[in-house]
Amino acid sequence: MTVRSPSMRLKSLMFALVALVGGALVAPAAARAEIEVNVNRGDVQPLPVAVPAFGGGQVGGDIAGVISANLQRSGLFRPLDPASFVERDLNAAVQPRFADWKQINAQALVNGQVTVVGGRLQVDFRLWDVFAEQQLLGLQFTSSPENWRRVAHKISDAVYERLTGEKGYFDTRVVFVAESGGRGPARQKRLAIMDQDGANPSYLTDGSYIVMTPRFSSNSQEITYMALRPEGSSIYLFNLETGRRESLGDFRGMVFAPRFSADGSKVAFSVERSGNSDIFVMDLRSRQTSRLTADPGIDTSASFSPDGSRIVFNSDRSGSPQLYVMGADGSNPRRLTFGGGRYTTPVWSPTGEFIAFTKQTGGQFHIGVMRADGSDERLLTSGYLDEGPTWAPNGRVLMFSRETRGGAPRLWSVDVTGRILQPVPYPTAGSDPAWSPLLN
Amino acid sequence: MVLSFNGKTALRLSLVAAATLSVAACSSRPKPQLDTRPPAGPTQPQGPGTTTQPGPVGNQPIGAVPGSAEEFRVNVGDRVLFDFDQYSIRGDAEPILQGQAAWLRRYPSVRVRIEGNTDELGTREYNLALGARRANAVRDYLVSNGVTADRITTVSFGKEQPVDTSGTEEGQARNRNARTAIVSGAR
Repeated sequence: MTVRSPSMRLKSLMFALVALVGGALVAPAAARAEIEVNVNRGDVQPLPVAVPAFGGGQVGGDIAGVISANLQRSGLFRPLDPASFVERDLNAAVQPRFADWKQINAQALVNGQVTVVGGRLQVDFRLWDVFAEQQLLGLQFTSSPENWRRVAHKISDAVYERLTGEKGYFDTRVVFVAESGGRGPARQKRLAIMDQDGANPSYLTDGSYIVMTPRFSSNSQEITYMALRPEGSSIYLFNLETGRRESLGDFRGMVFAPRFSADGSKVAFSVERSGNSDIFVMDLRSRQTSRLTADPGIDTSASFSPDGSRIVFNSDRSGSPQLYVMGADGSNPRRLTFGGGRYTTPVWSPTGEFIAFTKQTGGQFHIGVMRADGSDERLLTSGYLDEGPTWAPNGRVLMFSRETRGGAPRLWSVDVTGRILQPVPYPTAGSDPAWSPLLN
Repeated sequence: MVLSFNGKTALRLSLVAAATLSVAACSSRPKPQLDTRPPAGPTQPQGPGTTTQPGPVGNQPIGAVPGSAEEFRVNVGDRVLFDFDQYSIRGDAEPILQGQAAWLRRYPSVRVRIEGNTDELGTREYNLALGARRANAVRDYLVSNGVTADRITTVSFGKEQPVDTSGTEEGQARNRNARTAIVSGAR
């Protein structure tokens, strides 16, 4: 944190989210701050923030705990230890005693009150700029009482957006493959879904067949995934709201690697026939399928650009797996990666600016990010087997699966600067995560 | 493996023979290829009734019924290995595949599924495609050696079904394989 002048008062805690590696990764947010936090690699001061338990009993404390954990995991905030708080009789309806919060150097304060009105949970919260002695946000959420975690995530998103100038990513879910039974023949792989913080996991398949590579549709209500049985493979569309599941169809070969277009109207996937894998796309309304690649190399892991005009994919047509970009109709394929190493699982960022990927080089696996034209490659992680990044909807964080030698895979996340690398708080083995858009 | 009554008797007889041989070996000339533990020395106390453990006995495939899946697996070999990120048939795989083709010509009602597998050193989707290449390479080899194509299906398990989960280099090498699985028609 750079205080330009000690006499200047903080009007806003807008961050300038600038990552300076081979140029700015993200354009600075509208910088009207007198105090800025620059999120640079190796030069980061998370913002000290106080999130005391909300009034209203147990659930008030629980909500504050979820908000605090979200902000902490983002790496941009440093929630202060509640034991250090001076003002203890905080009332959401009354202005806080700013001097008490300045004393512990809290830059921002989140407080709130939970009440139950007619069986509905009502949560009032306020975000305060401690040093400017100003309210930055005051919002009320109502929900059913069992939905208190979502309320906490929505408050987290509101705080994050107000203080960083970017959309949050806390009120989201992750579909993934929950694994059990080790890695041998007893391994069970079940389609699972949970909140982004690992809470509320539930299972969508029973483990009687292998599931892989679930992907969210942009409407957050539909996923597509691959099922693999000894008799062959299928790609399913699964509606999370209705529980309805349907197969994409029979394509006279093994089908795999499905992924929705950003608007959810199409699914791109690979079909393997006689050993050769090519990329196809199906329009979900007309059910028309067209073939996009026809070369003898492996073509797979197609991912649409957010505007739907292009597809990045993985091909070994040059002799080793590399990334290529083509038009969404299969036109003008062009190689994107020329660095040493093997590139796989490209995923276009929600902003369209970047492509995340898995890279294998020097006996290690890496999760990396490059610009959509292939420039400015940066490797964010390094491990025995890091694989399969998925973007948070705001494009700031990637989730992926990490496996140690001989061990089971676990879900991890890393921010786009590579600074904040941590396991996802989901207690057991998991792989193939896919992040939902922000929920409505 | 299904053993006939005669097969069981044979196995039991061979066990007895091996135990006798092992006891004899400990008292006279050690035969290290039979021993998994050092022979008990004379100074070690031995309670009444204890005897020296017999050495391990190899699993003799004498009970496998000719034309059965078990016999195919043991006498012919159901898996061939591949090099890293490769799907060409290796020299050491050719005799096995020729044996598979000969066996399948001998038992023409047998249908097989070729399952392509990879090591874990690749991403899931790419490895599915690589496993499919391996399965098809084996299929093509069998077809070119006289097995009719309509008896063969292929599937790729990618890196989902490792035979060795140790993560060692040797383990990864074993996981780069294609397995010829008998789906029907065997005895």
